[in-house]
Amino acid sequence: MISWPNLVSQLFNGLALGALLALISSGLTIIYGTLGVLNLAHGAMFMIGGYAGFVTYQYTESFILAVIGGSLFVMLLGVVMERVIIRHFYHRPHEDQLLVTFGLGICFVELVRLIFSSQSQLVPPPALFQGITNLGFMFYPTYRLAVVGIVAIALGALFIILYRTRLGMIVRAGIEDSVMVDSLGINVYRVFMVVFGIGAMAAGFAGIVNAPVVSLTPGIGDDILVQTFVVVVIGGVGSFPGAILGGLIAGEIISVTSMFNPGYAYVMLFAAMTLVLVVRPHGLLGVQGRE
Amino acid sequence: MLKQRPLLIETLTAIGLIVAPFVLPHLGFAPNTVNRILVWGLFGLGFDILFGFTGLLSFGQSAFYGTGGFVAAYLLTRAGFSNVLGALIIGMIAAAATGYLIGLIALRRTGIYFAMITVAIAEVFFFVEFNPLSDFTGGENGLPGVPTPSFNLGFTTIHFTNGWSLYQFIALCYFIGVIIALRIVRSPVGAILSAIRDNPLRATAVGHNIHGYKLTAFVIAAAYAGFAGGLLGVLQAFMPPDAFTFDTSGQLVMQTAIGGRGTLFGPLVGATVWLFLQDFLQSALGLGAAWKLVLGVVFVLLVCFLRGGIVGGLVDLYGLMSGKRPRKAAETEQAEVEMPRQAPPAPMHAKEVEHPVYSGPILKATGLTKRYGGLVANSDIDFSVDHGELRGIIGPNGAGKSTFFKMLTCEVAPTSGQIMFEGRDITGLKVTEVCQLGLTKSYQVNQLFTGLTVRQNLTIAALAELRGKFRLDLFRSLAGVKGLTEQVEHTLALVNLTRRADTPVSELAYGEKRRLEIGLALATSPRLLLLDEPLAGMSPRERVETVKLLKSIARGRTMIIIDHDMDSLFELVERVTVLQEGRVLVSGTPEEIKTNAAVQEAYLGGVHGEIAA
Repeated sequence: MISWPNLVSQLFNGLALGALLALISSGLTIIYGTLGVLNLAHGAMFMIGGYAGFVTYQYTESFILAVIGGSLFVMLLGVVMERVIIRHFYHRPHEDQLLVTFGLGICFVELVRLIFSSQSQLVPPPALFQGITNLGFMFYPTYRLAVVGIVAIALGALFIILYRTRLGMIVRAGIEDSVMVDSLGINVYRVFMVVFGIGAMAAGFAGIVNAPVVSLTPGIGDDILVQTFVVVVIGGVGSFPGAILGGLIAGEIISVTSMFNPGYAYVMLFAAMTLVLVVRPHGLLGVQGRE
Repeated sequence: MLKQRPLLIETLTAIGLIVAPFVLPHLGFAPNTVNRILVWGLFGLGFDILFGFTGLLSFGQSAFYGTGGFVAAYLLTRAGFSNVLGALIIGMIAAAATGYLIGLIALRRTGIYFAMITVAIAEVFFFVEFNPLSDFTGGENGLPGVPTPSFNLGFTTIHFTNGWSLYQFIALCYFIGVIIALRIVRSPVGAILSAIRDNPLRATAVGHNIHGYKLTAFVIAAAYAGFAGGLLGVLQAFMPPDAFTFDTSGQLVMQTAIGGRGTLFGPLVGATVWLFLQDFLQSALGLGAAWKLVLGVVFVLLVCFLRGGIVGGLVDLYGLMSGKRPRKAAETEQAEVEMPRQAPPAPMHAKEVEHPVYSGPILKATGLTKRYGGLVANSDIDFSVDHGELRGIIGPNGAGKSTFFKMLTCEVAPTSGQIMFEGRDITGLKVTEVCQLGLTKSYQVNQLFTGLTVRQNLTIAALAELRGKFRLDLFRSLAGVKGLTEQVEHTLALVNLTRRADTPVSELAYGEKRRLEIGLALATSPRLLLLDEPLAGMSPRERVETVKLLKSIARGRTMIIIDHDMDSLFELVERVTVLQEGRVLVSGTPEEIKTNAAVQEAYLGGVHGEIAA
């Protein structure tokens, strides 16, 4: 049952899934770290990214434009969501923030279901990455390899934004101590809006990049959201490196377990999360702080 | 509000349940819909105790609903078990046991972590049910053929079949569920659960083992979920696998928020609205699949604008109409006038000493050091206080006074050093245990239970002393706790808040809040009371009052007071310790300190060029 090519190919699958999870979780984690709001509609953002890209593709037949369209649309949606609703919840208890983002997530999913029906939609991979690649010891779908590269570039871009720009400095400082940043005379609310937009865009971008791998359904974000939570708990909330590490761990656990029995993928994922919670309650790379 | 009339809610519930079959059919409710509403309502009773009362928002209740449901259904369909009620109860116990194990993991964290972990747990249960356990659960087919209950009474057999007949059984279950939930909510445990929702930090500090109580709430919610899950199987004559889906948990959360959290009946109201709208939107308006979108929008709007949900909104409306507001203003004025005239209450006695033989200093700290990375907050402090002493601590800002207090109460573990309280080494103990031993603190920044009334605040603190840090008296009424009323009333009188006893903390004036802060510490009857800047932010008149209050508490008790108001402090205490840059600068009587050159240097000269107010 276990053959080397099979295992290696699952490890590659795990890498692709892990990279995606890392990107989505980074979005969730920087939003939470900066704004203190856990966005339960983050899975819906991932899903909408896919659909917005799908629509762009229908009109332009260009995969690149679809990626741009999907990401920008979700960023815009994130900004509007922050402006109109989320900002009224900064001073309300966590439960209310969870409830309202949960409700928004349901609205988004149902709205998409209403427009596109529950039937699955397909975005083909770009011509450049179609087919399979011979890696010497095995054949592997080219696009999945490309996903790893594309997501790595996106994560790199996020890294540059977070660690090499003024905005990133404020965001990282805000994760450490938001009260201090507030009192330094920085307009935190504008930063919040931008961060929410970027965080949502990370999910949206992942959504459209992932669309050629799996077909789109309105419920596609739900599972991803749960996996993202596990990633964030494993990596540590508010930690960008933690999200990447957690994403890769979760991706590999899901893929390798699925090789033996897909039914146990979640059980193993959960076991890993429990282990982390017992050994390092604040996550592998998390710091004690915001709760 | 309704508290004065005992059993009122129980009676109204019973009447409502009896009348329902005669009224609801005329409003277009099919018996099956009513039964489903009751099952959701029962599911929600436990969830509301967890979410509405304890403040723990779980998105994983489907795990327990499914567990209870499938255990009961498996017993009745595959294991040849014939007693329906027995199976339901076994399912409930199984769910509660699962809840206990899951709670141990999920409650390691709070807030959003807790929510995320519960989501993940529910998902695991869903996959386990579908795959590894599909031999027992029927996988995606579920378990068909769940029988309905019948009871052999000897002379006759009552069989609850379906429709309104089954309603009688489910309504009875719901009614018993309500009675139990009300008892729990009104018990000391219930009071502590609300305290945990409001301010877990203070609930811990006054001496409650909040982890134990949270786990209790979690298990209660799981038990309710398990029973309700079993009823679902009985109701549908089939245990559906989708009981385990995340949608089930989500629907429960939404129904509870729509109906009103913290009301017990909110989930029932929410379920009624939900199922009614679902039917109405789907069939009457022909919206088809869009019904869920409409419900989602309704839900978001309710969360935005009506935090208390429908029941909470009605209660607010009732409050507005019965003209509660003007009376409160009048009350305030009266209290202000009354204050100076009130006769001083008798001093309150501290908890009895456990080891009367011990006669050394009540508190002795040696070599106490605290480092935060490179920053040394406290360095090698030796400090000792005798029984009955009244000690003051002063020092410029940043001298490490509050850190010192936090170490003494075991909120913060020292980097090195030892703390002895009444001859017992308390270094490394938890703040809860230390408070139970008789050492507590009033905070520099108020740590009150802001959503509760003054009386409820003091009750929480007094309960910690009277019941210990953890006790499962779920069915005892608050009135049944011996000595509670006396202790609360006495503390109220002592901090001069008797007239404001039933005012919510959020409506108190600042000075009153400060007095309540001291009262919270006092209600635990500490033998050693630490006060962190009790006079901070008070007006001159309030200071005079508070100094008087502190003097009256000091009788028969040891106290250590940090404050910047030297005039008041020097008048109050017998000895003063001066801290500077994390070290003890000097100790002595107020007179010695006033004339000490080093102290003057610390306050007036050097880098800390600041005169304390």
